[in-house]
Amino acid sequence: MDGLAIPLNHVLIVATLLFVTGLAGLMFRRNIIFILMALEVMLNAAALAFVAAGTAWQQADGQVIFMLILAVAAAEVSVGLGLVLQIQRRFKTLDMDQARRLNG
Amino acid sequence: MMQYIWLIPLLPFLSSVLLILTAGKMPRRIVAFMGSGSVGLAALIVLSVGMGYMQSATPHTLHLWTWMQIGNFSPGFAFYVDHLTIVMMSVITGVGFLIHLYSTEFMQDDSDYSRYFAYMNMFVAAMLVLVLADNLLLLYLGWEGVGVCSYLLVGFWYKDPANGAASRKAFVVTRVGDTAMALGLFLLFTELGTLQIQPMLEAANNTWAIGDNIPAIAALLLLGGAVGKSAQLPLHTWLPDAMAGPTPVSALIHAATMVTAGVYLIARTHDLFVLAPDVQILVALIGLATLLLAAFTALNQHDIKRILAYSTISQIGYMFLALGVGAWSSGIFHLMTHAFFKALLFLAAGAVIHCLHHEHNIFKMGGLRTKLPVVFWSFVLGSAALAALPFTSGFFSKDPILLSAFSAHSSALDSGFNLGPWLWAGGVLGAFLTALYSARLVFVVFFGEAKTEPDKQPGWRMAVPLSILCILSIVGGAFTLPLASVFPAASEHAVSGLVHVISIATPIVGLLIATLVYFKPVLPINKFTDSGTGTALRGFWHRGWGIDTLYDWVLVKPYVGLSAAMKSEWLDTIYHGVVSLARSLNVWLSSLQTGKMRWYATGMAFGLIVLLTLVGWGV
Repeated sequence: MDGLAIPLNHVLIVATLLFVTGLAGLMFRRNIIFILMALEVMLNAAALAFVAAGTAWQQADGQVIFMLILAVAAAEVSVGLGLVLQIQRRFKTLDMDQARRLNG
Repeated sequence: MMQYIWLIPLLPFLSSVLLILTAGKMPRRIVAFMGSGSVGLAALIVLSVGMGYMQSATPHTLHLWTWMQIGNFSPGFAFYVDHLTIVMMSVITGVGFLIHLYSTEFMQDDSDYSRYFAYMNMFVAAMLVLVLADNLLLLYLGWEGVGVCSYLLVGFWYKDPANGAASRKAFVVTRVGDTAMALGLFLLFTELGTLQIQPMLEAANNTWAIGDNIPAIAALLLLGGAVGKSAQLPLHTWLPDAMAGPTPVSALIHAATMVTAGVYLIARTHDLFVLAPDVQILVALIGLATLLLAAFTALNQHDIKRILAYSTISQIGYMFLALGVGAWSSGIFHLMTHAFFKALLFLAAGAVIHCLHHEHNIFKMGGLRTKLPVVFWSFVLGSAALAALPFTSGFFSKDPILLSAFSAHSSALDSGFNLGPWLWAGGVLGAFLTALYSARLVFVVFFGEAKTEPDKQPGWRMAVPLSILCILSIVGGAFTLPLASVFPAASEHAVSGLVHVISIATPIVGLLIATLVYFKPVLPINKFTDSGTGTALRGFWHRGWGIDTLYDWVLVKPYVGLSAAMKSEWLDTIYHGVVSLARSLNVWLSSLQTGKMRWYATGMAFGLIVLLTLVGWGV
């Protein structure tokens, strides 16, 4: 434990960068597969922040939450890929801007 | 048998409820069986009750339950039976059954067979409650019940807006009279403390003297109701339009039963009218005016049902005349015979319309004498009774009315002016016109050259009621109604033989003239009818003396204009403002919902940033 000397702030900055990257992907990519990947990046950014915080305060909670996020991400991907298949089948495209039948 | 009286209105009522609940899912055979069977069974019960009653001959009250209890006001759901009730019930269920039987064939091709019988049965039940009621409130229930059923049946073919307008007119115009009648009930209750008819009339006799004001007002208000329901001047305009309904409906409701409810009401409360001689004279005058006006109009119609409608108005005018001169039982007698022959005429007219592709115009008929023999003979006998030719039922009932009118005691009028002969003369003129228009109807429809070919013949379910009613129209005059115990005896006056002869001869003269005009046109009547005055007069009479036009201009148009003006009132702008605000917000907000998922994500991200910033600043 003592050997690691990466300050908490650095880890948080990396997590923030990862999160912003994911958010940017979510906002600017139109392909749904990339959107799903961006979501994964954002989830992992949050998970990284939890782990770092757990280490900094010497609490196991951070790692527990990490496991939880991992499970959620796995579940989300399985549903998401199912949706991707359906969207491809219905709209013949993966461009989410084309699939906008629910507009007001 | 008396304890089974409650079954009489209950049977048609139950049948109606069952037909309504099954909502047309039942097969036609069962509907027809239930619809006419329930009324037929009620008729049988009336018969046996009547038989039993004639032996005891004491009025009987059957108290079923207390309807409501408010302070000292506790009207019961109770039935009162005396001779008058028995007569009315026999007409309603007897003629009603024949008309139901006829309807099973007449309405055969209609898609709403079950709805028709549901309404008809409901009508019979309401009408029976009306005549059986022991208090005026229960009578009012039946009174409004028949009004509703009349509304539903006039507008039975509701897909044509004209029929809807006719049924609304019937409902609204009779409502005017009903309001007056309701006020009359309030007045009677506050003055006498009860609405139970017999105790109330007794109390009226004990409290008031002849010529007092309050009984006059009460009688006037009740007369208002009677005038509305019985289609008398000035509330008669709804009846001709009510012919929009199916023809058996016109026979049952607008000839035999409902329209005579006003006559029944006045006869039932005749003590009040005796206490108010001025109002009673008014009844006679209304009857006389109506019968003349309607007879002139009937002479100038060309729709077969409208002729009969105006003739109904005219005949009820005779009944009012009879009531007005104190010939109570003659009025009720005419009510009964009129129910026979007018139902017969309407059913025969229905058969003509049924067999002639729904043709109503009599000038497009003609020559039907050999083609529809049953209908022809029905029409001949019915018209003979309507015209009161000697030895028909109409003769036996109309003649006493005319004679009573002649000898009407004019003591009611202070001036000593003898009104009787004038009433008689008017009635005789009406009888002349009646003979003229009924003969015209028969000659135009059944003689001359054929213009439309009948495409079917009436079946037995139409022919049997017609034949029975034919017999009743002829021999109906032989019944002597045992009404002496109900009404005060009509004052007997010796009338000179000349009056007798004129009364009897007038219809025959009318018939002869009609023969010379419509059968063998030897009288040069065309010279007059085609001249300017003649055409104008015919048009005026055709439009019913312009009374509809008058009401249209005086009442309907101002009312419609006023409500249109009220509709755009300034206070409404506030509510309209709220509405348009909500609408524009809706348009604006729904434009945000683009359906693009990336926009939603971006929106959420920026929203979160804004929120976090606010939290960070500690706002």
